[in-house]
Amino acid sequence: MRYFTDEHEWIDVAGDVATVGITDYAQGQLGDIVFVELPAVGTTVEKGKDAAVVESVKAASDVYAPIDGEVTETNGALEDDPALVNTAPEGEGWFFKMTIADAGQLEGLMDEAAYKDFVASL
Amino acid sequence: MNAPNKSGWKPEMTLAEDGMHSGPATTTGNRALMLEEPLLFEIGRADVTGVDLPAVDANAPTRLGGLARSEAIGLVGLTEPETVRHYTRLSRQNYGIDLGFFPLGSCTMKHNPRLNEKVARLPGFADIHPLAPQNSVQGALEVVAQLGEWLCKLTGMPGVAMSPKAGAHGELCGILAIRAAHEARGDAREVVLVPESAHGTNPATAAFANYRVEDIPATPEGRVDVAALKARLGPDVAAVMITNPNTCGLFEKDFREIADAVHAAGGYVYCDGANFNAIVGKVRPGDLGVDAMHINLHKTFSTPHGGGGPGSGPVVFSEALAPFAPLPFVRQDAEGTFYLVEEENREERGPSFGRMTAFHGQMGMFTRALTYMLSHGADGLKQVAEDAVLNANYILRSMEDILHAPFAASGPCMHEALFGDKDFTGGLSTLDVAKGLIDEGYHPMTVYFPLVVHGAMLVEPTETESKAAIDQFITAFRAVVERALAGDEELKQAPYYAPRRRLDETQAARKPVLSWQKPDD
Repeated sequence: MRYFTDEHEWIDVAGDVATVGITDYAQGQLGDIVFVELPAVGTTVEKGKDAAVVESVKAASDVYAPIDGEVTETNGALEDDPALVNTAPEGEGWFFKMTIADAGQLEGLMDEAAYKDFVASL
Repeated sequence: MNAPNKSGWKPEMTLAEDGMHSGPATTTGNRALMLEEPLLFEIGRADVTGVDLPAVDANAPTRLGGLARSEAIGLVGLTEPETVRHYTRLSRQNYGIDLGFFPLGSCTMKHNPRLNEKVARLPGFADIHPLAPQNSVQGALEVVAQLGEWLCKLTGMPGVAMSPKAGAHGELCGILAIRAAHEARGDAREVVLVPESAHGTNPATAAFANYRVEDIPATPEGRVDVAALKARLGPDVAAVMITNPNTCGLFEKDFREIADAVHAAGGYVYCDGANFNAIVGKVRPGDLGVDAMHINLHKTFSTPHGGGGPGSGPVVFSEALAPFAPLPFVRQDAEGTFYLVEEENREERGPSFGRMTAFHGQMGMFTRALTYMLSHGADGLKQVAEDAVLNANYILRSMEDILHAPFAASGPCMHEALFGDKDFTGGLSTLDVAKGLIDEGYHPMTVYFPLVVHGAMLVEPTETESKAAIDQFITAFRAVVERALAGDEELKQAPYYAPRRRLDETQAARKPVLSWQKPDD
């Protein structure tokens, strides 16, 4: 099941692990991504707080954790090839995997249809 | 065919492709007085030198104690004319304020009066050393003191630190004084609030001073959301950093109310004074409740910047923060002699948080700034603010019928006008407009900042441009914007007439080539 935040992150939940990235809309707004700063494995992240930084030719932007949890794995491929965020934002361009501290927090997020409507309203 | 460029970079524009100067390509790649210029490493040879040094006896004893280099470091030698021509040619490809209109918003690229230069070069100011005996540099110390006094008067603040060497350095100075003041009463606050409409350096400064930064949203009118800010205030908030006028080009009307609320919650108010040029002589930030504010001498007071000279960012302080200002202080004794208060002077240094620089600050900028102030006088400084604001509003109102101006309805702008890319078609963007302006002979405006506006274009004409110059710019700006609105494909390839065509910024950021590699012979 995939959820979305109003800050344009997506979170994919499979069992007790979640994968986080930024949406296609977000990468389109940022333009060519030139650098991604990922959290260290083991970092505790908090819903709505900075978890990663994404830098494009236009600006550097924070990526927020969609829920509370601990980072268990990061996408090393982004170090060599940050363009993956542009070409496959919702696939190979994922940022990090994390534990789910409180599954209840997922309730407040958008599903795909709701996010589509949200983007259309911007 | 571009023979001199061994490194492989070439001018992409041949004469034949250039519609303005149609004609055959040249052998050298030069176009009459527009000269191609290789890297120094490509011009120089190892066996050439521009200075005649005595031959070194390879067997002579050295005092290097085994630290002598064992192999050549690969620097090239150049003759003096080669060196002079290299930099002169590069300078001809540059664009500066002495060459034309430079509407870079938030940077205040205004004219540097030549009188400033003349005064700064007087030997009594230019040929002195910071360690010279203080009784031999009384005039220079008086300049520092007098400039500080005028900065205090203009801002309505009692204290000043002259040593910070740029705006961001001044911000750090202010925040360190705030930290020192809190710590002096044993109050360990952790958070600095920074509104979205503040300068980008503000959160960086607060983070550098080990504070946690929290954003405060902007209202749809482009000002600080006062209710959101008040709601966030509490015993953990050390300070609020507000840029006024802000980066949306608007005056923060509710500043006094914000400052009172911050003070009531035990915090301090830092004002980013980078945009002081819009209000100098009109508003005294001290009256608005500011506790610390830096002043970019290179913006408000016309000293060179943008590579033309070092920055200088003196900081003014409220009564509460003044004792914590960094050393040295310039003071005058009963006999009228100026002296510096340094660390050793335990009596007078008080609770100063220490020092930020080895010496007293940017002397060359102090003389220029004071010259600017005195040559303008009080009435002239007032007019600086009036003209800066008038010019920006003239541009705002001359463009808003065709270009999205998100805050045009919020009232007059201050010294800069903010536009967005909302109505561009055919995939054209703010970047294309910026590049199109290069072809028209203008340095582009600030683009994609502030972030609160999509495809932001921030235009700051400054007070130094004439109406004729601004009219000419508006004509060019409108023409380029019309092309973006009409989806003109050709604009995507601009610039056509610059020494280089559009650069690949993405590749430059992803795979930067930062050093010259010797080609394999």
